[in-house]
Amino acid sequence: MAKQYETVIGLEVHIELSTKTKIFCGCSTAFGKEANTQVCPVCAGMPGALPVLNRQVLRSALAMGLALGCKVNQLCKFDRKNYFYPDNPQNYQISQLYLPICHDGALEIVGGFGKKQVRIHEMHMEEDAGKLIHDDWSDSSLADFNRSGVPLLEIVSEPDMRSAEEVTAYLEQLRKIAQYLGVSDCRLQEGSMRADVNLSVRELGSTEFGTRTEMKNLNSFKAIAHAIEGERERQIELLEEGKAVIQETRRWDDNKESSKPMRSKEDAKDYRYFPDPDLVPIRIPDAWIEEVRREQPEFAGQRAARYQQEYGFSAADAALLTEYKNLADIFEKAVQLAAPAKKAANWLTGETFRIARERGLALEKIALLPLDLVNFLAEVEKGNLNNQAAKKVFEAMLAENREPLVYMEEQQLRTVRDSGLLERIAQKVLEENPTAVKEFLDGKEKVFGFLVGNVMKEMRGKAAPDEVRAVLLEKLK
Amino acid sequence: MERMRWDALSLGEKIRSGEVSVKEAVDAAYRAIEEKDAKVHAFLTLTREEAYRRAEEVQEGIRKGLYSSRLAGVPIAVKDNICTRGVRTTCASRMLENFVPPYSATAWELLEREGLILIGKTNMDEFAMGSTTETSAFGSTKNPRNLEHVAGGSSGGSCAAVAAGEVLVALGSDTGGSIRQPSSYCGVTGLKPTYGTVSRSGLVAYASSLDQIGPIATSVADCAALLELLAKKDERDSTSMDRSDLAGIGETVREWSKTVGEQEKNLVGVRVGVPKEYVNEHVQPEVRRAVEEAAEALALRGAEVESCSLALSEYVIPTYYLIACAEASSNLERFDGVKYGYRSKEYQGLHEMYKKSRSEGFGEEVKRRIMLGTFVLSSGYYDAYYLKALRAKALIKKEFDQLFSRYDLLLGPAAPTTAPKLGTSLQDPMLMYLSDIDTVAVNLAGLPALTLPWSEDAAGLPVGVQILADCFGEKKIFRAASCLEWDSKRR
Repeated sequence: MAKQYETVIGLEVHIELSTKTKIFCGCSTAFGKEANTQVCPVCAGMPGALPVLNRQVLRSALAMGLALGCKVNQLCKFDRKNYFYPDNPQNYQISQLYLPICHDGALEIVGGFGKKQVRIHEMHMEEDAGKLIHDDWSDSSLADFNRSGVPLLEIVSEPDMRSAEEVTAYLEQLRKIAQYLGVSDCRLQEGSMRADVNLSVRELGSTEFGTRTEMKNLNSFKAIAHAIEGERERQIELLEEGKAVIQETRRWDDNKESSKPMRSKEDAKDYRYFPDPDLVPIRIPDAWIEEVRREQPEFAGQRAARYQQEYGFSAADAALLTEYKNLADIFEKAVQLAAPAKKAANWLTGETFRIARERGLALEKIALLPLDLVNFLAEVEKGNLNNQAAKKVFEAMLAENREPLVYMEEQQLRTVRDSGLLERIAQKVLEENPTAVKEFLDGKEKVFGFLVGNVMKEMRGKAAPDEVRAVLLEKLK
Repeated sequence: MERMRWDALSLGEKIRSGEVSVKEAVDAAYRAIEEKDAKVHAFLTLTREEAYRRAEEVQEGIRKGLYSSRLAGVPIAVKDNICTRGVRTTCASRMLENFVPPYSATAWELLEREGLILIGKTNMDEFAMGSTTETSAFGSTKNPRNLEHVAGGSSGGSCAAVAAGEVLVALGSDTGGSIRQPSSYCGVTGLKPTYGTVSRSGLVAYASSLDQIGPIATSVADCAALLELLAKKDERDSTSMDRSDLAGIGETVREWSKTVGEQEKNLVGVRVGVPKEYVNEHVQPEVRRAVEEAAEALALRGAEVESCSLALSEYVIPTYYLIACAEASSNLERFDGVKYGYRSKEYQGLHEMYKKSRSEGFGEEVKRRIMLGTFVLSSGYYDAYYLKALRAKALIKKEFDQLFSRYDLLLGPAAPTTAPKLGTSLQDPMLMYLSDIDTVAVNLAGLPALTLPWSEDAAGLPVGVQILADCFGEKKIFRAASCLEWDSKRR
């Protein structure tokens, strides 16, 4: 009988903090600016330049750590991690090894696998590196230090996950917490959230861990799922052949859908960590921890529970609505402005998710004005927008930031209430389609839709469908 | 104005009164440099054009009363590891031979703001690593008192420039004695302030936890006047501290230095310890005598002087070199040929670019310390060396704490000998390291200490004495130093 294997996964997740300035200097962290326009002597590693900690980074880290139920090292320090690479201007990264800001927390994840706790080993602050751009044309590399010194949190889990599904749930949960705290937007695609997967396999029932590998360069949930599956298969195959898994770091290639070794344990780098003498130890007083704890927001789960209770939403609907904090916030404000809760929620989930997917919009960046949503829903409610027109207006609101009342007038999407016109057009359509009329009267009810469609077309979509139906039925009697 | 015979405060006064113009002061500096520097080689870069331009500006500023400092218009030399905007800052290394920083160190910025005029950048041991200014990639500095001897190091250029009368004041940096030892060798006065007193921002780091910028001058009062300008808390340096206790120190010490002679018993109640390890049989007899004489002089002024012991003294050298080299190995990683500085002309690929640029760009002593530091931080050795050194550092600090519970000041030499002959020290680096015995403990404990000239040895070389105080004890040091300065001139 074939052996049964269990996959054991731990994650090292990097989250880019969305502070205005970098971790050790006053440079902006804005993304996508011209190369080397957001640098100073500190983040370019110039001689004599010294790092000074951005207090906001400390605050964000503390908020994140408390949300993960971590213990706080009230005396924490920065250490230097030494390695040579041109994207690293000092050739050492300022990180935390010996006394990281937080340790020993846990994150609850829920999914098809049920409910489980993933333990957090530790969480620390560090600086990001710059970017290298390889120019094949001139066969050279260019360095851009705009990202150098952008603050990162690294969250290291215990090897508590067993499947790609659990990993995805864990990452989604981290993302939600970070977004609710407002400390990061956590976009895998843009690299503001990065995950390295530590994976080993063992025979089901075994209590000992197998040899693990670390997988890097995973830029999407799909890549993570595929990499986990691929690496599991690769390791099982080795074991089945009686070979050993080598402890190594592997790089995932998204195009080839496979990984290859980067470096093994034997040539693992010696980072020569030591306390950074340029930065003083940080003392975090109790009062400060309490203050940050008091300021913790209502997180997604709590909010979803409240929505179920207050608005009678199903668990699934409430979960969906609270998936992105910005959307849930829009919902709350719109409801305060007397929007119908159920309808507001429907638009903010189904239609919003569809438009975002189709137009490639980042859901966490959608910034709909609650008042616009209220006005929009009122128009729909009054029957001034039929379903099709409503979708068009909503899409313009989401994607183009348009004001609904202005947009519907500009595009002449308002439902026409002139029943005289509708009557005339219905009459015209019936006269132009005698065959269809005959078929309908013969009992073929399907052709009714065809007639309604033609009236709508003539009305350029601006009629209320139920009104069209009523007028047609009346005339066909 | 032919030659500058006064100290910087007097010159500043004459400039303020209009007796001497800023341009004349600058002229005098460059004339002295022309006359002497071919032999002494205190300077690596002269900033003549900019100095004369600034002289006009500052003269105008003085007329308008823009400067509060008594040192406005006074020419100054700056050690070449302190960044000066638009002026080459080489650290006496091939690695930074053509490096022109687009920013200034806070220390220099503060002095520039007060109207001091930069005359040039001074020679030093490469990246401040050395005790003789012979590890400079651009030739050694000679001792102005005897050109066959070294000026000391690493701030040899700054001390020699002051000793030769090329300038009256200079900035140095002190990581393990680099201000105090060359001051002693050259016969000038130099202060290493309490760690955190002067911002390190813009000081090219050797060992960050030990580095401190300080003044070098011909008098105690000049050192105090400069210190007052330099001691400002700086947002750009996390280790910088508030030293508002030093406000007015320049004026106070100026007053003391004029009046201490008239009051005889002005050190009554001051307790002074003389660690016996600093005056043992390994110390050159003239150096030992100088410390004994200075101790007597303090006693004559009413101080209670007694012998004491710095028992951990034998551990200070290894502790210092382990910590300093460990930090240096990391601090100097940024010099890789990628962003600025020296890059090898020929290389294949990244790895070779690093290797050749660093092999060719750094000198022997720097490479030796980088290797030593890299080794002690390596996994498997970190605990045995680096961590142990940190523990020893804490114990040394504790021993000083105990000493300073009994004494206000400690007195000793700044080096066991007077300036050695050129070309003798680097042959045996270990021996050179051991000669730092009198200075490095101060850096490990973050203490302030000042060296001032006391006597001469048989060969006519200066012998200095060093006064140590507990952290923030600069004022106590200045008080005693003013007395010794007076007494040394009347021996």
